Amino acid sequence: MAKGSRLAEILRNYEADLLEDWLREQRASGTLRPELLSETELRAQSREFLNAMQQAAQGGNLTDITTPEWKNTRDLLARISSIRASLGFSPAETATFVMSLKQPLFTRLGKEMDGQNLEGLLGEIWTVTTLLDKLGLYTTEVFIESREQIIARQHEDLIELSTPVIQVWKGILAVPLVGTLDSARTQVVMENLLQEIVNTASDIAIIDITGVPTVDTLVAQHLLKTVAAARLMGADCIISGVRPQIAQTIVQLGAEFTGIRTKATLAGALALALRDLGLTIQ
Amino acid sequence: MTPPGNERVPIQSEDDIVRARRIARTYAQELGIGLTNQTKLVTAVSELARNVYVHGGGGTMQIEIVSNRGNQGIRLTFEDHGPGIPDINLAMQDGYTTGNGLGLGLGGAKRLVHEFEIESWVGRGTRVTIVMWA
Ligand SMILES: Nc1ncnc2c1ncn2[C@@H]1O[C@H](COP(=O)(O)OP(=O)(O)OP(=O)(O)O)[C@@H](O)[C@H]1O
Ligand SMILES: [Mg+2]
Repeated sequence: MAKGSRLAEILRNYEADLLEDWLREQRASGTLRPELLSETELRAQSREFLNAMQQAAQGGNLTDITTPEWKNTRDLLARISSIRASLGFSPAETATFVMSLKQPLFTRLGKEMDGQNLEGLLGEIWTVTTLLDKLGLYTTEVFIESREQIIARQHEDLIELSTPVIQVWKGILAVPLVGTLDSARTQVVMENLLQEIVNTASDIAIIDITGVPTVDTLVAQHLLKTVAAARLMGADCIISGVRPQIAQTIVQLGAEFTGIRTKATLAGALALALRDLGLTIQ
Repeated sequence: MTPPGNERVPIQSEDDIVRARRIARTYAQELGIGLTNQTKLVTAVSELARNVYVHGGGGTMQIEIVSNRGNQGIRLTFEDHGPGIPDINLAMQDGYTTGNGLGLGLGGAKRLVHEFEIESWVGRGTRVTIVMWA
C-alpha cells in the first residue's frame, strides 16, 4: 500500500499550495499562539517540515520513521519541539502542528485521485494519517524529554541558590543549610564552600544547620567530610544551629564530632570565630 | 488531619526516605509525642529506611498506632526482601559497615527508640520493628 503512495509526488508538485493551506489550517486550529511564535517563524518551520517530509517520502518508506531517510525530518521536529517547549507551548499544541497537515493533504489527495477507485484513496489516507500520527507523537516524546532537561537544570540552579556561601567578616565564611541534605546538595555545598575558602582566603567557615530538620548518620558523615576537606584547605569549621533535640539525637546515634567545635546559635559561632581572629565587636 | 491507624509506604528512592520521615513525624505529632522524641523517632526512621533502600534494595515501612495500658505509641515495621544480614550481632556493632557509611545506623536507631527488634533471613530479607511511646 505504502509502496505505490503518491504522497512524495503530491508534496513535490503542490509544495506552495500545501504550505498556504496548512498555514490556514494552523491559524484555524486555535493552537497557533501568535504571541509566542511569529508568523514568519511559523512559515519557516512549516516550509522546512514540508521539504524534509518530501525528501524522506521519496524513499517510499512511509511506515517506519526510525530509519535513516527520516533522520532529517526527526531532527527538524526535535528542534521545533524543543524551541516550542522553551517558548511555553504545550505538548498537545506542538503535536497539533504536525497533525493539522492532515486536512490539506487529504483534500489534495482527494482532488488528485478524482475518478480513481475509492479503495486507493482510502489506502492513501490511511498511510498518510498513520505517518503523521507517528511524527506528531515523536514531537511529544521530544517535548517531554526537553521539559525534563529544563526541570533538571532548574533543579540544579535551585540547589546552587539554596546553599549560598556568605562572607560575614573578612576571613569568616558562613553557609546556612536549609532543608533536606541529600547527597547531591551536600556535594554542591562542599564544593561551593571549598571554592569560597580559596577565593576569599578565609580561615574560618561556619556551617549553620538550624534549617536542617534531620541529622542522621548520612548528614553527620557529610558534615565530617566537609570539615575534613576544609581543614586540608587551611580553614577551621564551626558547626552552629545545633538545637538541643538534635544534640541529643547525635549523641545517641553515636556520631562523634570530636575535634569539631559546635555552637547552639549562629551568633555564638560568629562570636567564637571573631575571637579566634583576635577581633571583638565594639 | 487524623492519620489512619494503619498504613504501608514504599521505600524505593531517596525521595521515599524523606517521605517516610515526614509521615512518621506527622503521626508522632498527632500522638502528642514531644519534640525531642519526635526528632529521635524521625532520625531512626531515616536510618532504617535508608538501610532498606541501600542494603535491602528497597521495601516498605508499615505504620501502626499501638496502645498499652492506656498509653499510645507508634510502631513502625521496615521490611525488605534483600540479601539479609548473616551476623546480626556484628551488624549491630557501632562502626561496622559493609558499605561506606559510618556503621552507626542500626545501633543508633536502637538507642533512639523505646523498643527495637530485628529479624533477618539470609537470602530472603530483613525486618526491623521499632516502637516509640507517647
Ligand atoms: N536491610 C538490610 N539488609 C541487608 N543488610 C543490612 C540491612 N541493614 C543493615 N544491613 C547491614 O548491616 C550493616 C550495618 O548497618 P548500619 O545501618 O549500622 O550501618 P551502615 O548502613 O553501613 O552505615 P550508616 O552509619 O550510614 O547507617 C550494613 O553495612 C549492612 O551490611
Ligand atoms: Mg545504615
